Amino acid sequence: MRMPRLTALLTATAVLTTAFTLAASAAEVHVLNWKGYGADEPWAVQAFEKATGNKVVNDFFNSEQEMLTKIRTNPGLYDVVMINAAFNDQAMSEKLIQPIDTSKLPNYADISKDKAGSPMLDHDGKVYGVPWVWGLTALAINEKSFDKPPTSIAEMWDPAHKGRVIIRDDAVEAVQFGAIATGQNINDIKDMDAVKTKLTSLMPQIKTFWSSENDWNQMVASNQIDIGTYWSGSADRAKTHFKLPVSLVIPKEGAVAWLDAFSIPAGSKNVEGAQAFINWMIDPKFYVEWVTKVGAPVSANTKAVEALPEDAFNRKVMGDPEVAKRIQFQAPITDAQREAYLALWQQLKVDVK
Amino acid sequence: MAVPGATASRSGLRSALPLLAPAYLWLTVAIFLPLSAMVFFSFMTDLPLSGKPWAFTLGNYAAFFSQSLYLTLLLASLRLGLEVTLWCVVIGYPAAYVLAKVLKGRSREAIFLLVILPFWSNGLVRIFSWAMVLREGGILDTALNAVLPFKINIDLMYSYPAVIIGLVHSYVPYMVLTCYLTLQAIDDSLIEAGRSLGASRLQVLKRVIIPLSLPGLVAGAALIFVPVVGSFMEPRILGGRTGTFYGTVIEDQFVAVFNWPLGAALSFILLAVVLVILAVAAPVLRRAA
Repeated sequence: MRMPRLTALLTATAVLTTAFTLAASAAEVHVLNWKGYGADEPWAVQAFEKATGNKVVNDFFNSEQEMLTKIRTNPGLYDVVMINAAFNDQAMSEKLIQPIDTSKLPNYADISKDKAGSPMLDHDGKVYGVPWVWGLTALAINEKSFDKPPTSIAEMWDPAHKGRVIIRDDAVEAVQFGAIATGQNINDIKDMDAVKTKLTSLMPQIKTFWSSENDWNQMVASNQIDIGTYWSGSADRAKTHFKLPVSLVIPKEGAVAWLDAFSIPAGSKNVEGAQAFINWMIDPKFYVEWVTKVGAPVSANTKAVEALPEDAFNRKVMGDPEVAKRIQFQAPITDAQREAYLALWQQLKVDVK
Repeated sequence: MAVPGATASRSGLRSALPLLAPAYLWLTVAIFLPLSAMVFFSFMTDLPLSGKPWAFTLGNYAAFFSQSLYLTLLLASLRLGLEVTLWCVVIGYPAAYVLAKVLKGRSREAIFLLVILPFWSNGLVRIFSWAMVLREGGILDTALNAVLPFKINIDLMYSYPAVIIGLVHSYVPYMVLTCYLTLQAIDDSLIEAGRSLGASRLQVLKRVIIPLSLPGLVAGAALIFVPVVGSFMEPRILGGRTGTFYGTVIEDQFVAVFNWPLGAALSFILLAVVLVILAVAAPVLRRAA
């Protein structure tokens, strides 16, 4: 009695699953991105679905490593994946992503030349990533703690802020931040000992480490911190969307810049839908709405940035040539370097205990 | 704890097989296979998943000994495990005694419910609610300042005590439950006999109650010590910059740098150390019992 019923149930499930999968591959775009990072905004997804007839299915990752693992272990599942340009090379050499036919993306022509031609995204004359937005890992301050915003990175080491400083629990970011504080090139750190000494003296200042935007925003909302490292887009969101007393500071010593790009995984079942989605994401209309409603990093599309009001932060400050001179874009790093950075970072965290 | 069925005859085993099979099948699939895969990973230079060439190596285990970092953290984690276990005994044992020997009927049920209530909520939720209580300007700080005539500043958040508080709260029910079971099994007439023969309350506790309830105490301690030594969530959230422990370092290897082989090797070293500690402690405790 039992067994046939169970078999029937299993068969029914299998049939249903297959049916769903078949129906799914027709007009679904599976997108892999950070949570709350533009591509999953309900208003944007709705408009895209209405305009193109594709259905968007969002999936998320919490670290670049997780993103790579997800596309490695689910070949054919995703159609669009958001990859930090510094990881594009690794994804390409593992054959996880495919070249993109940019002639199918009308908005691609408006992407600033230095971003579209980035050697991090283009390999052998083929485009493996479409630049989407870029931003900074700089400093952000709790406006309640400052009469006027600081200009130097040294503010983090000021004894006045002891126990009220926060930095991200990320080895690569911490080491590159240390490189900037010691006046070095983040992609070619010559004096690692100087970085270590500098960070060692920072550790006693720190209240805790943050790992998500939510951590940072809560610390400011409960007035527990004065200053810390933060992403430019997140600082903008904290101010615009959450109405928190946060403002971004680009220190005179410089800041770490990163570029996020969209790629199409190898084996995507809906390349056309993926192209349409990427084109939608780099469209000025989407970008302006994203900035106004939610807060966002700077678009790689020059027309999109020009569509912002003159005094918008992403246009006025981030577009300032003086700022452009100070920032350093993150280049790819090897696994060996990443492990060395983590070892250093863990040592620092143990020494402060 | 000896297994009473160890000397059972063959025919007994055969009839027991249908009853044992589901549990052992499940253990094989859900624990033994993944664990063996991890043993395998821990001897590899790289994961086959990433498409890069790999080979067998002892390097991951050597890494533990080549850097003082891991040993320091392991000792810190063991100390954390001991402290949390100790606090669980101090808080849990008296509660279990009261539940088993003092309270009866409805009131026992009600108190019992309060003890197991934390089990019904998600661990992460409990830890985050501690964050609201412990921080400066949080619930504890505000409440104490409202009652006390002088001003005190309580900011326990992001400190070692915060980690201890969070972990003790999570694990104390295990101690209460295991001790309750053994304490309840003690025949009241033994206690009465001791008292009527002139033993003081303290002597009865030392000579009768504690020795008889020791198995529960030991089981509770083992149940708490082992997971606390490997804990990573509570230290990370409540510990702030002091929250780096052996468990968090293992997590970093898996999540942050995708170095599963090293993470697996570190996990097995922890497992080995914990097993050695339990093996050494077992005869001592058995003799005491």
